[in-house]
Amino acid sequence: MVRRPSSRARAAQWVLLLAVVAAAWYLVSNAGANLAARNMGIGFGFLGDTANFDIPFKLIAWDDSDTYARALLVCLLNTLLVSAMGIVAATLLGLVVGIMRLSANWLVRNIALTFIELIRNTPQLVQIIFWYVAVLQTLPPPRQSIVLPGGLLLNIRGLYLPSFHDTPNAGWLAAMAVLLLAATPLVWRLERRGRRIGAWALVLPILALGAFSAGIESVEFPAMHGFNLTGGIQIPPELVALWAGLSIYGAAFIAEIVRASIQSVPHGQREAALSLGLRPRAVLAKVVLPQALRVMVPPLTSQYLNIIKGSSLGAAVAYPELFQIFAGTVLNQSGREIETIVILMGIFLAISLLTSAFMNWYNRHVALVSR
Amino acid sequence: MLRGYLRAAVFGGLCAGFLGIGAAPVRADVTSPTLEAVKKRDQLVCGIDTGIPGYAYQDSAGEWQGLDIAYCRAIADAVLGSPKKVKFIPTTSKVRFSVLKSGEIDVLIRDSEQSFKRNTDLGLDEPAVNFFTGQTFMVRKSLNVAHLKDLNGATICVLTGTTLETNIADYNKANGIKINTLLFEKPEEAFAAADSGRCDGYTDDGGSVAAARSTMKKPDDWMFVPETIGGLEPLGSLTRQGDEAWTRLVKWVHYSMLEAEVLGITKANAAEMGKAPTDPDVRRFFGLEGDFGKLLGVDNGWSARIVSDIGNYGEVYEATFGKGGLGLPRGMNNLYSNGGLQTLPTWH
Repeated sequence: MVRRPSSRARAAQWVLLLAVVAAAWYLVSNAGANLAARNMGIGFGFLGDTANFDIPFKLIAWDDSDTYARALLVCLLNTLLVSAMGIVAATLLGLVVGIMRLSANWLVRNIALTFIELIRNTPQLVQIIFWYVAVLQTLPPPRQSIVLPGGLLLNIRGLYLPSFHDTPNAGWLAAMAVLLLAATPLVWRLERRGRRIGAWALVLPILALGAFSAGIESVEFPAMHGFNLTGGIQIPPELVALWAGLSIYGAAFIAEIVRASIQSVPHGQREAALSLGLRPRAVLAKVVLPQALRVMVPPLTSQYLNIIKGSSLGAAVAYPELFQIFAGTVLNQSGREIETIVILMGIFLAISLLTSAFMNWYNRHVALVSR
Repeated sequence: MLRGYLRAAVFGGLCAGFLGIGAAPVRADVTSPTLEAVKKRDQLVCGIDTGIPGYAYQDSAGEWQGLDIAYCRAIADAVLGSPKKVKFIPTTSKVRFSVLKSGEIDVLIRDSEQSFKRNTDLGLDEPAVNFFTGQTFMVRKSLNVAHLKDLNGATICVLTGTTLETNIADYNKANGIKINTLLFEKPEEAFAAADSGRCDGYTDDGGSVAAARSTMKKPDDWMFVPETIGGLEPLGSLTRQGDEAWTRLVKWVHYSMLEAEVLGITKANAAEMGKAPTDPDVRRFFGLEGDFGKLLGVDNGWSARIVSDIGNYGEVYEATFGKGGLGLPRGMNNLYSNGGLQTLPTWH
């Protein structure tokens, strides 16, 4: 039986599995024994305790008297926000730089090269702190804010946008605006008397803007009051520094992925498209990029996961994300090291697995179907 | 097997009882796993701050200095006979207790507050208070803050994972105001944010705020708000529970530094005073009478070594926080005889 290679392989797999299970069991029982020796138990009941600390930046309501579980949700949303912003910005910037890297223009090509080499060869944490301390902290104090058009104010405390106070029926007006926006690209493609509607569809976003502004009762502009500007929405510099750090660092890697993917498209494709009379921009958009995309997706997935995990560096610049609030303040106040770290790892694992599941689905969607 | 252990325990207990009754004054066998480990390693592993003036900082030669550092060195001096046999492990406020509980360090002397939950829930012992303080706020003079309540609406830079955040939340609730916080992981970034004006002020215990002020671009632009919150903050050393003998040693190293000050023994005059003292208190301190070293599991010359190598408490304070350091008056940290809170049991 052992002579057959297939049986031997199967036996080896079972042995490996047993070894992994045994190692895991040893680790868990060892932790258990050590905890028992210190009279410590494992339990997640502490999540219901009152947190009693402030979270400086939040997307949903937060009060000192809320629970640790709510704190977890607040900082999870903060992590998701900065990750999503980072992924979008890194992709766009990376795409542009990656294409620039292949430009026929010497200056453009070398600007892109310098950017990539400078960014990807310096540590990410250093870059984040650079954006925070060296760039954003040189902005003027609140009393000498830089006034931007549209009532926007910029100072060391962040960027202040005017906020809107809604009328009672703002909800469905906003929903209508979203629907109109979503319908725009569909209407664009519709055909009427054999011709596409095209640019006429742009009437819809204008209507959407109308619907949105009809839902606004008043606009509150930020103004100096006491120590800070009050009124309006504040975008804190911590968020901007972390966002810049994540997206610029990610963009350098994505640019290289983009370049490699474009170069992997056979040269004949480009020549064929040119000989058909397509303009260079159309060659890129209609022939090269769609084929490059297929190669791009798998390495891009790892890059997205890196951005998500990199968001935990926000702890260094006071951005209240999962690692800082949950593995910092909550861990310290509750003394539940194992539980908080397990929860944290579970959450990061879940976010990463979901992202990679989505990217895999997308990959299958765009993959070349061999006929 | 279990019965064997029980028998041994009962036997041991009986023996100890007999020894006690049998008027044997010296407990020759101080059993402490930590002490054993330190002796075997010939080095003390001391958990300290990552770097903060006053408590623990590196001088221009890269040597660690500070109040907490002096305590690490004093323990090493008592146990191993040299203040140099210390390995310093800088810890962030986030990991400090985990590092201590896991046994990675022997003792944590890291401007850490001693509290109910740390003693009970976290399972740590709190042998000595080397610095009494209260949560203090530092703000720019130009903001004209006379009282803490004037900070309503202000943003304060805070280090995360501390009791400071909770104290602010409590103060906000009690007074119906809102002092915002910005949570940093390490002091360097927090100082930079305060200095650049991202925050209106900085808060920590009194000593740390004095340290923070000394790092500002213009220290004179900053003032301390007279009020403190969170009650009295006793900062000091922490040990793992389950090793009482070690905890006792850490405690008495602190008391020996106070005792030296009470008796007027300094680094400079230690050699002179230890020659042929007649005062029984001084004789006991120099290990000429009684077995005060053995009872702790070290030799009898331990306290004499500490004062001649490191100095008494007052000297160490003056060199780190006082005139030779940050210029912070001794205040609460004076000896009881000078109206302060530093007090000690009798050396008998």
